[in-house]
Amino acid sequence: MSATSNGARRPQAAQSDLVRLATAGSVDDGKSTLIGRLLHDAKAILADQLDDLRGRDGELDLARLTDGLRAEREQGITIDVAYRYFATARRSFILADTPGHLQYTRNMVTGASTADLAIVLVDARKGVLEQTRRHAFIASLLGIPHLVVAVNKMDLVGYSEEAFDAVVRDFCGFRAQLAVRDVAFVPLSALHGDNVVERSEAMPWYGGLALLEHLETVRVDADVNLDDLRLPVQYIIRDGDRDYRGYAGQLSGGVLRQGDEVLVLPSQRTTTVASIDVFEGPVQEAFPPMSVTVRLADDVDVSRGDLICRPGDRPSLARELVADVCWMTDAPLRPGGRYAIKHATHSARAIIEAVDDRVDFDTLERVESTGELALNDIGRVRLRTSKPLAFDPYARNRATGSFILIDEATNDTVGAGMIVSA
Amino acid sequence: MRLTHLQALEAEAIHVMREVAAEFEKPVLLFSGGKDSIVLLRLAEKAFRPARFPFPLMHVDTGHNFPEVIEFRDRRVAELGERLIVASVQDSIDAGRVVEETGPRASRNRLQTTTLLDAIAEHGFDAAFGGARRDEERARAKERIMSFRDDFGGWDPKAQRPELWNLYNGRIHRGEHVRVFPLSNWTELDVWQYIVAEELEVPPIYFAHEREVFRRDGMLYAVSPHVELIDGEEPFSASVRYRTVGDMSCTGAVRSSAVRLHDVVAEIAATTITERGETRADDRVSEAAMEDRKVVGYF
Repeated sequence: MSATSNGARRPQAAQSDLVRLATAGSVDDGKSTLIGRLLHDAKAILADQLDDLRGRDGELDLARLTDGLRAEREQGITIDVAYRYFATARRSFILADTPGHLQYTRNMVTGASTADLAIVLVDARKGVLEQTRRHAFIASLLGIPHLVVAVNKMDLVGYSEEAFDAVVRDFCGFRAQLAVRDVAFVPLSALHGDNVVERSEAMPWYGGLALLEHLETVRVDADVNLDDLRLPVQYIIRDGDRDYRGYAGQLSGGVLRQGDEVLVLPSQRTTTVASIDVFEGPVQEAFPPMSVTVRLADDVDVSRGDLICRPGDRPSLARELVADVCWMTDAPLRPGGRYAIKHATHSARAIIEAVDDRVDFDTLERVESTGELALNDIGRVRLRTSKPLAFDPYARNRATGSFILIDEATNDTVGAGMIVSA
Repeated sequence: MRLTHLQALEAEAIHVMREVAAEFEKPVLLFSGGKDSIVLLRLAEKAFRPARFPFPLMHVDTGHNFPEVIEFRDRRVAELGERLIVASVQDSIDAGRVVEETGPRASRNRLQTTTLLDAIAEHGFDAAFGGARRDEERARAKERIMSFRDDFGGWDPKAQRPELWNLYNGRIHRGEHVRVFPLSNWTELDVWQYIVAEELEVPPIYFAHEREVFRRDGMLYAVSPHVELIDGEEPFSASVRYRTVGDMSCTGAVRSSAVRLHDVVAEIAATTITERGETRADDRVSEAAMEDRKVVGYF
């Protein structure tokens, strides 16, 4: 790999859009090499960083790029999520690089929570492994709409079409268990750059796009829920001098227009949108993920934690809910446990009613639970909250369908929940 | 319906700022007069206008700052009509809280941590906004947007709270606080593109100007009363600009002829060296210089 001394960063248009990626894998899969290759070829690694990646022997070690903490470099493993940034002329990318090992599942879940697209690495020599299934399943569970199976190390199998086809075939064997809408397969060699940025001549049998081309062109605009208006009220903006009272928040679903009739939950009061304000002035409409301030025509009681929606399209409002929970701390999740819960902009308390099942990552089957969830387990949990939550199923809306559980004694974030139903 | 990448980053940052304003009793925004905190101020306007900011601004002033930046800082605060607290490293030295380093390589960079933590404790701040970005440095690449600090102001990189979706856990005990980095996901180029798009004023030292400088460790430092020359270091005049704004004692200049914003953006887009690698002596001490300072409470 050559230095970037004579290379400028690729032009980045001010009009490009933002796409969030997550990768999972271990050093063995060539994940760091792949990320290093993407960043290097997109000119996002600069010369001083490249020097920094050389060990004492002068060999380039791309893992050092993402393993940013002292402990990670000492142990030679990725522990925590690292965020990397690169841009092409079309798009800006935020890449959440997450560890692939089972014991860091919670870190992978964290990195996957905001991703539009997940890259799952497969070593062409080893084919689909338990780890591949687990990574794909977590991507699916976290509602990532797009998945790329990057079949790496094709150079080590003689760029064989059969090896690639075997991965595709094995993966499609459990494809039906995934909720991911769109799966693409790319045969590549991160080490040699085949099909990473440029299409490779070594694999003429492959008619698809190189990985970066795919990342640049995958359709993400349809992923946002523009049907169901959801505006969690975050903060009240008041200016006494101007008699201004606005309800600020970030749209998490639907399109809001001035003059719309809206319903406020949980009070169930109906009113109309007098104006949608941003710093520059009023706008006619707003859509996710815009942060706006809404003024309402009537003097209704609205506070932080309330949700603005349409009268004919309201979320569930309930105190009992069923959710898939990823458990993130050593002390197990057990029935009777009480936690603080944060859902959208709403905080309440929650009590665990029951743990119904647990996901077996070997088979991706849901198995009978022992009644509790241990660190890094994911399972179906029933809980009851101190106040009603206005929520959607996670599959319908990732923002109004997710929550975190917080230990009230330590204040640690201990669980991540994806709501299934009331 | 799709936002541009800058609009999406802006919307995320506004969301973060409003969460903090809603969940914390006494936030503060750290404003240095540098480009990142200039962007933070615009984002605060976007998050809270027409109301006033629900927090004061604070500058940790080492006393070794560029006078042009201090002049800009005061003017910008006055334009906004907001309140500025100046926490002075000189005061910490005078009070015996810290001991000034001596010699030609003396810097007040490390001393700032004590001044910052003392000011946070004195005012009872429970959240402090900073302009740090994850693309700056590899320890920062691992840090949360809302980053917990224990009652010693310390950061424990191995025990960070998981941060999922746009749900931030703002629960702390008395004496603890959080640092909040709304620009976490911005790159240096994003910041400059935003400055252009928003037509934000930046201090004049970000543009090329003639300055008396000398060369040390491969960097160009300004000749100033705060830095002693070592034998053999010869001052000369050069056309330079700054990519980052820190102390005169630890911030290097780069040769440049960029006199307008668009020239600066073009330079940043074409650079082959990171901003901290090129201009910050404070990050060069060791491989984990930033991580080590953050662990004890640095920005």
